[in-house]
Amino acid sequence: MALTLEDVKRVAHLARLAIDEAEARAVLSQINDVFKLIGEMQAVDTRGVEPMSHARDVVQRLREDKVTERDQHTLFQEGAPQVENSLYLVPKVIE
Amino acid sequence: MHNATIRSLAAGLAARTYSSVELTQHFINRIKGLDQKYHAFITLNPEASLKQAKAADAMRSAGKEQSLTGIPIAQKDIFCARGWLTTCGSRMLANFTSPYDAHVVEQLNKAGAVILGKTNMDEFAMGSSSETSYYGPVRNPWDVDKVPGGSSGGSAAAVAARLAPGAIGTDTGGSIRQPAALSGICGLKPTYGVVSRYGMIAFASSLDQGGPLARSAEDLALLLNVMAGFDPRDSTSLEREREDYTRELGKPVKGLKIGLPEEFFAKGAAPDVMRAVDAAVGEFRKLGCETVEVSLPNMKLSVPVYYVLAPAEASSNLARYDGVRYGYRAPEYADLLDLYKKSRAQGFGQEVKRRILIGTYVLSHGYYDAYYIQAQRVRRLIARDFAEVFKRCDVIMGPTSPTTAFRIGEKMGDPVQMYLNDIYTIPANLAGLPGLSIPCGFDGKGLPVGLQMIGNYFGEARMLGIAHQFQQATDWHTRTPPGIQ
Repeated sequence: MALTLEDVKRVAHLARLAIDEAEARAVLSQINDVFKLIGEMQAVDTRGVEPMSHARDVVQRLREDKVTERDQHTLFQEGAPQVENSLYLVPKVIE
Repeated sequence: MHNATIRSLAAGLAARTYSSVELTQHFINRIKGLDQKYHAFITLNPEASLKQAKAADAMRSAGKEQSLTGIPIAQKDIFCARGWLTTCGSRMLANFTSPYDAHVVEQLNKAGAVILGKTNMDEFAMGSSSETSYYGPVRNPWDVDKVPGGSSGGSAAAVAARLAPGAIGTDTGGSIRQPAALSGICGLKPTYGVVSRYGMIAFASSLDQGGPLARSAEDLALLLNVMAGFDPRDSTSLEREREDYTRELGKPVKGLKIGLPEEFFAKGAAPDVMRAVDAAVGEFRKLGCETVEVSLPNMKLSVPVYYVLAPAEASSNLARYDGVRYGYRAPEYADLLDLYKKSRAQGFGQEVKRRILIGTYVLSHGYYDAYYIQAQRVRRLIARDFAEVFKRCDVIMGPTSPTTAFRIGEKMGDPVQMYLNDIYTIPANLAGLPGLSIPCGFDGKGLPVGLQMIGNYFGEARMLGIAHQFQQATDWHTRTPPGIQ
């Protein structure tokens, strides 16, 4: 099944990627080539086969509910584009 | 010094023939003099490297040295290293100085190894040629018009060009083994969960695994000894006893059963590649190994399965780059949504965006079962094939890559052709099995060919022993690219 130009634009929006008409057209044919490749696995009969979500069947470890991290926000925020009073600045979202 | 293995450099340091400061300075000088040809490194920080070297020399004077103390190691720029620019080959992280160390980096630092520099790579490890880097392509030391493979191409080229005695990389679908093969060196992807992913910038978390690149199997073992180990900060890190990966290096291979999957030997790989691989298998027979023909019938589905799972996991992992907390922010935007969209559109390259789009699509409403869940089911079929095969043999052998190094630019316009490079390496990632690549010959143009070995879970020590025995009987791994003295 081939994707349409509208699919590409919709998915780009979901992925929060700005995309213009020319870029969407260019990427469409490449993505459809990839989906042609992906199509090869879709015909396989997998009834009764448990999905394998991970390389090893291991169970999630539990740990004690205690604080293990110390506050390093000043260090971590050094790389942020815009910070004020230890807060990340973004354009106004509430009118 | 630069032609020596890690093992012999460690002996030189132990004998006080040279200090770590001298050794590190030697490699820094080589990189400064030669790397404009290869572009294997993104970042050098001689001051920081020499400071570590000095500390390593002090560690030795105090009698506290370990096997890698004072050895300079190149690190793929995907590993977070405190105080070092860590870009992951992307514009998105062009200004990201890591505030913390990856577990692997922490282990190497503790052992007294020196960070020689951060190596170039495909952006976010997405590629098989090291051409998608925002910082420009890496060139193959055997022929600078060819790619070194990828995504750990900078690490592979650095080791091949004798700019570093060893390096660390990551392998999601072949990103250690394929560049090792195309650059004529050795590389190991351990069993999933053996090396902690903490601080290793995430691409596809159920497949990503860190590992070493070096010039001999013995050096791989020395590096893995330091890199491996349980780390509670990675939820998939395996709680196991520490292993000495050098313990089987001296073990003879007589009686070893080598499985040769028909799918690896059917048409597909270039004739020159198959000639070298067949000759290597012949060498193992001479050493007393038995070969058995086996089959991995679902292997052909590996690439399609991978291009559902890896982009799906990547689209989710890369959602964190939002232009707010760290990394690139677009200079102009109208509102918050526009800030996200423009920062991501400008910060990511074409290949990364393509994979985010594919991943977002296969995870979106209405397609999840048909693509993502189906891919996970087929993944299990592929893993089961390996389980069947390992009832009949100890290790599997075949080519690492269907071709030798290809021309820079040759496959950039055709993603599917690029993806098919990884047809022999992806299956081990899907199953979580260890895989390694060692040099086993050359094609007609003098470009190196890699032999791939896939072992059963936790078979690293055995595999390294097998590779070491091959390297005792042959000298492919000691060959040097033309022009390198």
